[in-house]
Amino acid sequence: MAKTMQGSGGIAGKWDDFKGTVQGSQAWSSIFRPGSIFRKGYSDSPRNRSYVVMNSVLYHLHPVKVKRSAVKVSYTLCLGGLSFFLFILLTVTGIFLMFFYRPTAAAAWDDIYALQTSVTFGLLVRNMHRWGAHLMVLSVFLHMARVFYHGAYKAPREFNWVIGVILLTMTLLLSFTGYLLPWDQLALWAVTVGTNMMGYTPVLGSQVRFVLLGGAEIGSNTLLRWYVLHVLFFPFLTVIFMAIHFWRVRKDGGISGPL
Amino acid sequence: MTEIPDHLLKRAQEAKDKAAAKKAAAGDAPSADAPAGGSESSESDASAGDSRIPAHLLERSKSAKAKKSGAAAGGDAPAGGTATITKTADAPAVAADALPIGAGPGGHTQRLLTVVKSGSIQDVKSKPVDKVHVWPHLLVVEFVAALACTAFVFVFSWLVNAPLLELANFNQTPNPSKAPWYFLGLQELLTMFHPMVAGVTIPGMGIFILILAPYIDKNPSNKPEDRKFAISLMTVHLMFWAVLVIIGSFFRGPGFNFTLPWVDGLFFEL
Repeated sequence: MAKTMQGSGGIAGKWDDFKGTVQGSQAWSSIFRPGSIFRKGYSDSPRNRSYVVMNSVLYHLHPVKVKRSAVKVSYTLCLGGLSFFLFILLTVTGIFLMFFYRPTAAAAWDDIYALQTSVTFGLLVRNMHRWGAHLMVLSVFLHMARVFYHGAYKAPREFNWVIGVILLTMTLLLSFTGYLLPWDQLALWAVTVGTNMMGYTPVLGSQVRFVLLGGAEIGSNTLLRWYVLHVLFFPFLTVIFMAIHFWRVRKDGGISGPL
Repeated sequence: MTEIPDHLLKRAQEAKDKAAAKKAAAGDAPSADAPAGGSESSESDASAGDSRIPAHLLERSKSAKAKKSGAAAGGDAPAGGTATITKTADAPAVAADALPIGAGPGGHTQRLLTVVKSGSIQDVKSKPVDKVHVWPHLLVVEFVAALACTAFVFVFSWLVNAPLLELANFNQTPNPSKAPWYFLGLQELLTMFHPMVAGVTIPGMGIFILILAPYIDKNPSNKPEDRKFAISLMTVHLMFWAVLVIIGSFFRGPGFNFTLPWVDGLFFEL
């Protein structure tokens, strides 16, 4: 389009007119709230900087302003944010994988194999899902260590720390339930080792194990159950706890200051 | 008209009581009375009130008193001494000793009702904090971090393939069988303890204590030099798991026996 415009000078002016008409239209200004950089007349003013955050569904978790020291990368190392970002990355790649996967003992391994060999970008996306998951376990763990060493769990943030420990457990469970799904030797026996340990829990151990495995031993039922746990149940719980976690960060006075 | 806050009244009453006690102790020396009046507002003791009135003013007031008593003139003393309020201590307290009409207790024509520090009644705004707008300062950092993270995962996934071993086979147990890496610390404990202790009690206690950490650690400081014990304990705790995971991952071979990775190779899949 730009090439056709170069010919006559009038077209550039017409383009500006057209842009003005579109951006001035009711439909456009109803979609982009004040502060959007797509809105007519956006300029870099303190007012617009505030509007960017206040009027965006993605950004409004943030306060309008933060302490200058809090945006230093060296302080948080972005670990909490990266954990959340990896969760999003895993959701996106996971949805892609779900299109090609059937959680039955007969089909699961073949589906993964076909995904790797005959689906465009299938191997890459599966790799990203797997490495992203390991990275998320690592980043959540390091985030916890960072928060502890900064003493950021102290009043008034005690409860947010508790939520954080729950989220750490959720992350491990998400990773562990996903571990079974390829239904290869690695998956089967890693999960066998893990669930055998679980069976030793006093009182409820063997019952919990029975419910989770859908039987006395790992089988096709287990695969279906862990699939549902992995793609729906634990993500659902994790999103709820993440919402509380982020909300409490704001309510407890923003991210804690440097030492 | 204006209501005096309870805490100020209480404070004034305390100071009055203290002054009365002091007066009773020190007899009725008139000079001891003036500073006690000034201490009505001070939250500490009467001696702190003393320091509020500069010495030279006290001197001036004393000499004025002496002069007044020498002249024995009471006619030009200001009337209604009790109603006169000197707001600050640097207004010279001119005292008439000759007991004019309307003089206050102790013969003072002027009383210093209260000296109020500005912070105690004024609405002092919190100190300004050095803040920046989230857009662009924080959002740009977050965006770059997310981009770098994506790039890392992308490149790593491009170069290294996720493992896919042969189809699951219940009749063929691989040797060694290992849990996912984050549970290898537990599997390592399994070689030393009963499964209930290694698989349930120890990790359960670990999580439980972790949850309780902010309620156990009552130390309000977050400076590392004030929390040597907490930091040491956490470091030992983290290192404990890290070492177990590393041993379980790299130093355990067939039969989960101890091996050296540079001798027997790796028995580890992610």
